[in-house]
Amino acid sequence: MAEAILEVRDLHKHYPLTQGILFKKQVGAVKAVDGVDFDLAAGETLGIVGESGCGKSTVAKMLVNLERPTSGTIRYKGEDVTKLSARALKAVRRNIQMVFQDPYTSLNPRMTVGDIIGEPYEIHPEVAPKGDRRRKVQDLLDVVGLNPEYINRYPHQFSGGQRQRIGIARGLALQPEIIVADEPVSALDVSVQAQVVNLLEKLQSEFSLSYVFIAHDLSIVRHISDRVGVMYLGRIVEIGSDAQIYDHPTHPYTQALLSAVPVPDPDARAHRERIILTGDVPSPANVPSGCRFRTRCWKAQERCTLEVPLLAVPAVFRLTDSPAKHDSACHFAEEKQVVPPESGENGGNGGNGETGGNGETSASGETSANGVTGKEANGGEEPKSL
Amino acid sequence: MLLEVRDLHVEFHTREGVAKAVNGVDYSVDAGETLAVLGESGSGKSVTAQAVMGILDIPPGKITQGEILFQGQDLLKLSEAERRKIRGAKMAMVFQDALSSLNPVLSVGEQLGEMFRVHQGMSRKDSKAKAVELMDRVRIPAAKERVGQYPHQFSGGMRQRIMIAMALALEPELIIADEPTTALDVTVQAQVMDLLAELQRELNMGLILITHDLGVVADVADKIAVMYAGRIVEQAPVHEIYKAPAHPYTKGLLESIPRLDQKGQELYAIKGLPPNLLNIPPGCAFNPRCPMAQDVCRTDVPPLYDVTDSPVPRASACHFWKECLHG
Amino acid sequence: MPEQPQPFDDGRAINHTGAGGGTDLAMDEGETLEKTPGGPKGTGPDKKPRSLWSDAWHDLRRNPIFIISGLIIVFLVIISIWPQLIASGNPLDCDLSKAQEGSQPGHPFGFNGQGCDVYTRTVYGARASLEVGLFATLGVTLLGSVLGGLAGFYGGAWDGFLSRITDVFFAIPVVLGGLVLLSVVSNNSVWPVIGFMVLLGWPQISRIARGSVITAKQNDYVHAARALGASNNRMLLRHIAPNALAPVIVVATIALGTYISLEATLSFLGVGLKPPTVSWGIDISSAAPYVRNAPQMLLWPSGALAITVLAFIMLGDAVRDALDPKLR
Repeated sequence: MAEAILEVRDLHKHYPLTQGILFKKQVGAVKAVDGVDFDLAAGETLGIVGESGCGKSTVAKMLVNLERPTSGTIRYKGEDVTKLSARALKAVRRNIQMVFQDPYTSLNPRMTVGDIIGEPYEIHPEVAPKGDRRRKVQDLLDVVGLNPEYINRYPHQFSGGQRQRIGIARGLALQPEIIVADEPVSALDVSVQAQVVNLLEKLQSEFSLSYVFIAHDLSIVRHISDRVGVMYLGRIVEIGSDAQIYDHPTHPYTQALLSAVPVPDPDARAHRERIILTGDVPSPANVPSGCRFRTRCWKAQERCTLEVPLLAVPAVFRLTDSPAKHDSACHFAEEKQVVPPESGENGGNGGNGETGGNGETSASGETSANGVTGKEANGGEEPKSL
Repeated sequence: MLLEVRDLHVEFHTREGVAKAVNGVDYSVDAGETLAVLGESGSGKSVTAQAVMGILDIPPGKITQGEILFQGQDLLKLSEAERRKIRGAKMAMVFQDALSSLNPVLSVGEQLGEMFRVHQGMSRKDSKAKAVELMDRVRIPAAKERVGQYPHQFSGGMRQRIMIAMALALEPELIIADEPTTALDVTVQAQVMDLLAELQRELNMGLILITHDLGVVADVADKIAVMYAGRIVEQAPVHEIYKAPAHPYTKGLLESIPRLDQKGQELYAIKGLPPNLLNIPPGCAFNPRCPMAQDVCRTDVPPLYDVTDSPVPRASACHFWKECLHG
Repeated sequence: MPEQPQPFDDGRAINHTGAGGGTDLAMDEGETLEKTPGGPKGTGPDKKPRSLWSDAWHDLRRNPIFIISGLIIVFLVIISIWPQLIASGNPLDCDLSKAQEGSQPGHPFGFNGQGCDVYTRTVYGARASLEVGLFATLGVTLLGSVLGGLAGFYGGAWDGFLSRITDVFFAIPVVLGGLVLLSVVSNNSVWPVIGFMVLLGWPQISRIARGSVITAKQNDYVHAARALGASNNRMLLRHIAPNALAPVIVVATIALGTYISLEATLSFLGVGLKPPTVSWGIDISSAAPYVRNAPQMLLWPSGALAITVLAFIMLGDAVRDALDPKLR
């Protein structure tokens, strides 16, 4: 892996729960983020998936310094950004920018598009001289696929997808190295989501950006990410390359999550094995002892109550060459393939043939799916053979 | 046929003009059958459902044309009092947002029991027993203890179960579920969808599932109606549509799903934006975004053609469905 | 992604049809723009862009309630600056011999108990009412929105302290407070009355301002500005204030009418404005004993008062309709 430009270590964010009006007494804490570690390499996309309340958005906010961590470090090129002075922080902020989920609340309705995208230059005047700004803003509009003439319009004159492009342009203005995208497409119409995902990928290669891409849509995360981390109740429970996570998950939560995702293929209904978890996610104010997933886990034993599993390569895989050899915080990690290879007519036999195989085999197994291959889809103009 | 919607038209009168939300929708669902209505926001899928349920806000909404036949009876010709008797008893609806659909100041037991008191004149005590029974049925643990609790004391998944219980209370013949799992987490979504499908089988109800999620549709639907700009653009049994869509819009949606073999490549994206309902393009509403569009598409509105060379009945509102189907 | 409940969700969106896909995004956009310039609202690239404020103004101009109340208010402002435009007499020029007399040529509203011309006094009374109303509203709005806005923005101890203070002020009955506080002031001008109103009125605005600042503060665009490294001043002035202002303006416009009637109440009770200042409240007060013999003394000033208060409240209503984000 290339050199890490962002190193997150033991990150915590606890929100105190207090009682009393005049004399506040802390009675507990909501452990929104409770010990998160990961690295982000230059030019890479790290996907973070998890259900609502797992702390993924809080992690995003801490990465761009919108929230101060309770403890832990976030090192950007070796420098701990959580302990910087206001002035030094301002300089770092230029390099880590955010794209927000809701394009309807992330743009100030009282400002024109030009003012919104130009604001970064007003805050950081050293980046662009005054006379140059308008042209820069128009260039940015062009880069994100909007007409540069729209510079004087207001956000309410745009649709959701266009607004998200404006938000992306604002994030790009200071030429950051890292963009943290918190559910950037989940508020958009289905037919527009792919446009924005494509735009993000195009920008990544054009400006050599690193992404932290937070989402709950597992298929989009897989498409865009080089590595994926799975969060549950404030912690990363499993992290690895996209093929490791999707094809060879070893943590029971990842397996359940992947198996629960509806597959857009009615033929998969028959031979799909689904793990239906019982119950709900426990409250982050009252985290179970030991392994936090044990209350919903079908494998839980006494050890899980007593001992917190660490995020490391599980002992069973340590000496193997298995593609399942990646960090997983489970005492009883074992591989289980839950995502059936996408299949058309020939899908029936592919359901469980891949266990232990390597990533390439499983990927090539998909190519025949529905006869829709990447190349054809890209062309877009011609109807394809089916 | 349990429910048949015929040539339904709905308009909304807004400050900016007349928004044509539904422009001639036909669909039908039989007992024990699941029809998925697939579409983006503004496609008219929810408005159609609201018109069927009779909960459309009139004004600003207005049903300008069409019939809604429920067990052979045109609901649009009934009085409000007659419709009210059907609502809840014979057809029920599950909404997306369970928290705002439940009354926060009444316990869930009271809200469930109310169905029996209002529609069947049951006593308070009997209706409470019925409420517990319903909560058991949708598998809410410790139903007896929780029947007196208030909506905010339940998690999102549990609240959606309560909504389902409420819809099922009077064992209706038709359930309309409007994005029932969109607000839920994936692992909870699976639980709720399974429950809904199982109860539907058990009670042999018709189910109209309104969603934008191609995955959910593939999991549970028998047949699909794809809506775009207030019209059905394609209708077919679920297996056929995923195998070979006969409309470029459906095709575009299916192709824009990220696939493993496309990793690192650009996703297929339908170009452009969903149409503005105040100003729907002439001809085929999809023509500005369609890769196959010809001159005729910009002038003539395509009727819902029968897809004749299919072994099962299916239809597509595309002048070039043949080309689309066969490529 | 949840579906938007409104079936005409895209009503405000621009209707050009090629946002583009793939790598030629910009090209797509440009091409289609030529084909279909501008959307349903005529927002073509050459037309003047419209902000929410100018949209509100656009709506207001078409609202008959706004036009009627606006005309009344413009008229009131003009006559309070130049009362001699429509009243040639002097309001303090009285002739006891004509006391309580009815309508006569040149004196359409008749005379009051002191024999002063009721028409002239009613016209001249507008000035005091508007002065009190406008300056009290101005003071209340400035003080209230600054204190409330800062409390909402910074939160914490200052917010807690301010909230308790507002509670205390809310607990003071206005009329009783006026009787007590103003009875010790002997200054013969409108300023003590205005000062009293500001003192008791700012907590109302401060609550509104605090609430709307807190709402605005939670918007992602404020977070976005902070992530860019914006200073507190920039966030407050550029992002929060413009978005938190609308409810304050609405409440202030409606409050203006109530301050005018409060002035009349206080003057009626003898603690507000005092003669020789001419005010509707004073005239209503002095007319009270003569209602049976000379109803015109009561009718004209109270009618003028009612119309003025109504005009401001109607204006406030119209402004609220135009600014209410739920209707936008």
